[in-house]
Amino acid sequence: MKYVDHASVVKRMGSRMIVNKIFKALFFLATLFALLALGLLFYRIFIQGIGYLSLDFFSNFGSRFPEKAGIKAALIGSLWMMAVVAPVSLILGVGSAIYLEEYAKKGKINDFIRMNISNLAGVPSVVFGLLGLTIFVRALALGNSILAAGFTMSLLILPVIIVSSQEAIRAVPKDLREASYGMGATKWQTIARVVLPSAIPGILTGGILALSRAIGETAPLVVIGIPVIIQFLPENLLSQFTAMPMQIFDWAKRPQEAFQSVAAAGIIVLMMFLLLMNSIAVFIRNKFQRRY
Amino acid sequence: MASNDHQANVSVQDMIAKQKGKKGKKRIEKSIPVILFIIASISVLTTFGIVFTLIFETFEFFQRVPFFDFLLGTEWLPFSNNEPLFGILPLIAGTFKVTLIAVVVAVPFGLASAVYLSEYASDNMRRVIKPVLEVLAGVPTIVYGFFALTFVTPLLQQFIPELKIFNALSPGIVVGIMILPMIASLSEDAMSSVPNSIRDGALALGATKLEVAVKVVLPAALSGIMASIVLAVSRAIGETMIVSLAGGSTPRFDLDMTDSIQTMTAYIVQVSTGDAGYGTTIYYSIYSVGFTLFLFTLLMNLLAHVISKRFREEY
Amino acid sequence: MVQLKVNKQTASPLAPFKSNQESTENKIVYDTRQLNLWYGNHHALKNIDLAIKENEVTAIIGPSGCGKSTYIKTLNRMVELVPSVKTSGQIIYRDRNILDASYGVEELRTKVGMVFQKPNPFPKSIYDNIAYGPRIHGIKNKKILDGIVEQSLRGAAIWDEVKDRLNENAYSLSGGQQQRICIARALAIEPDVILMDEPTSALDPISTLKVEELVQELKQNYSIIIVTHNMQQAARISDRTAFFLNGEVVEYDKTDTIFSTPSDKRTEDYISGRFG
Repeated sequence: MKYVDHASVVKRMGSRMIVNKIFKALFFLATLFALLALGLLFYRIFIQGIGYLSLDFFSNFGSRFPEKAGIKAALIGSLWMMAVVAPVSLILGVGSAIYLEEYAKKGKINDFIRMNISNLAGVPSVVFGLLGLTIFVRALALGNSILAAGFTMSLLILPVIIVSSQEAIRAVPKDLREASYGMGATKWQTIARVVLPSAIPGILTGGILALSRAIGETAPLVVIGIPVIIQFLPENLLSQFTAMPMQIFDWAKRPQEAFQSVAAAGIIVLMMFLLLMNSIAVFIRNKFQRRY
Repeated sequence: MASNDHQANVSVQDMIAKQKGKKGKKRIEKSIPVILFIIASISVLTTFGIVFTLIFETFEFFQRVPFFDFLLGTEWLPFSNNEPLFGILPLIAGTFKVTLIAVVVAVPFGLASAVYLSEYASDNMRRVIKPVLEVLAGVPTIVYGFFALTFVTPLLQQFIPELKIFNALSPGIVVGIMILPMIASLSEDAMSSVPNSIRDGALALGATKLEVAVKVVLPAALSGIMASIVLAVSRAIGETMIVSLAGGSTPRFDLDMTDSIQTMTAYIVQVSTGDAGYGTTIYYSIYSVGFTLFLFTLLMNLLAHVISKRFREEY
Repeated sequence: MVQLKVNKQTASPLAPFKSNQESTENKIVYDTRQLNLWYGNHHALKNIDLAIKENEVTAIIGPSGCGKSTYIKTLNRMVELVPSVKTSGQIIYRDRNILDASYGVEELRTKVGMVFQKPNPFPKSIYDNIAYGPRIHGIKNKKILDGIVEQSLRGAAIWDEVKDRLNENAYSLSGGQQQRICIARALAIEPDVILMDEPTSALDPISTLKVEELVQELKQNYSIIIVTHNMQQAARISDRTAFFLNGEVVEYDKTDTIFSTPSDKRTEDYISGRFG
């Protein structure tokens, strides 16, 4: 008595193979959808904005007239903000990562910190804006300054930097630590002279990617009350300023058709900036990829 | 071979012994963990800061607006001159509509991409597609918002003439595109971590790749996939700029996808860009809306955590 | 696995490698008394008694999981890097019990160098690798460091191969060279004892031979304790051999004796390749 009728199995095999092929094509097309969306987005914005992308665009401040509007204040403002976010978020992020990976003993407090970081990563950026508005703008009376915005953005990208730094630190081989301890090095000497130098490419790669997120974020700046019509460059960290996404948001909201193109030009500048940062990150990752 | 001539020099051990008298090293070893612990606790302080800020200001809001009017009210008219109304339901409806459309777009495309990447794609294909997904995930939301407003909406209007300039559909679709990479890459991670031995078992019985993917891999990776969807939903709920630019600012308590809406996040932006004075009811209302938003996303994140914790126990 | 039928004939040709001072007994450098060690609930070392002599090469052999690596890592307390390790008993090193909590591990490891299974140079220049130890212990003078680097590299018999490329990354060297760099790195702080945890297990035969010759050289100035999986290596280079099995010392004696007339049946079985 045979339970399996091989003839019928073989007969059905053909149609099963066809179904498999069809679905493979469907899955591929669905994947293409993402590629298509990305291509379309870049193409549209490029076509729309390229006309307004001139040298004047970089040297002009914001204006009521689309042909006179420029991104100078926003570009410089974004750079100023980065000058706050980069050191603050890296020191806090890498410090936390070192603590969690190297010093924290397994226990409730550290489980709590880890859990907290993963939850913090899921908090919407607009809510970070509310935090910044209450704590930095009002309670610490920093106003809508570079410092207030920089601190808020630092906290926003902190979870990302902590997690990527933790991964970079964890990837340092155990043998290197052992070699250092074996020479009579203390824990901090081992971390500072062996672990961190080996982890730094990974930390920087993750850090730059996180920073590029901070550059593109708009919502927290809106909530903090960062102005858009700024006709001067910042002088110090307590100056008022504007940033590229804020400026783009303002242009995109305006009813005149021409400002749409100005917004597109602004987006091109922003995306170029992000592309540059991502290229640096990729460069660091490839250059320092170590074979241990 | 070289001779050992260290008797000639001063011994290294002696030099080391001389250095030992210095106290600095010990003090550094003791203080570094304390400093690092303080730094690490800043992330916890941030959470407390968010929670207390929201609770504190929301409490202030409920001094002025009754709690149940807020929770159950179906009209959100904060700028009304004679009698402002603060019923949160229209804002929740706006957020819900956008999130629903986003999920309808992102889940099928995201999962299909994940299946393709984990089960079908060659290594070369994967090397092309994964960076594209990463770029897609890295595009600032303001750019997506601009895209929704100036491209997707006019495009959709050609097929749906009654679609307004501001609507739920267009930002919904674009939010879907935004969260697609998240679902695709997290689900792919979940599917890739299904052991090959399980796949091989089914393939050896003559199953096609599709049958393996649908009947073996998907069920095994189900909780990871679910967690990725929940996390993506959380992102969609909190998304701000796309809905601010393309969704409009008309809170409505209905399920119409073609008309102007307002989400919770867009309301916060609207008030922030306006000139509502500090201390007004409108000022406090953004915290009450922010708190509601925070609770929604927190719930989603915890849910994702619970689901993926179960997932880890399976293997 | 190499089958090694050991008897008096095969053991004696190895003798020329060894020092002829076996009649004059050397001082004890490490005296282990009733050492017990647990990883959590796993009892990894049981009642170890072992007296290790100065200026000798002591080999520790035994099958995988017998506790030989754990033992050598206890001698410089590297074993403490594993959480949940507990010990009891004493290890007397130069008149002090190193298991005593008051004994600073950094001080101990400054006197007891270690060479690991896999060559593990730091991803730094050759120079910085060797200078690492002196630097962490506060020696900053460039001239003194230069002297230490040269002397250590000479001591590890690799000076001539690397003297023109001291600023190159240590990873540009071959595996065997890397391991000798690691030995030089250990020599740089002029330790009293050098622990070697299967130092040639990742090396090719020629590099292995070089390291073995080096061990013979180093014995004049240092006490060396070497864990090895390779019984021929133990027979070739060591003066004394301890055979570990299941966390216990089965037999500890002069290497000649162990390999020619072991007193325990289990030792005989192991060295004749019946298990392990």
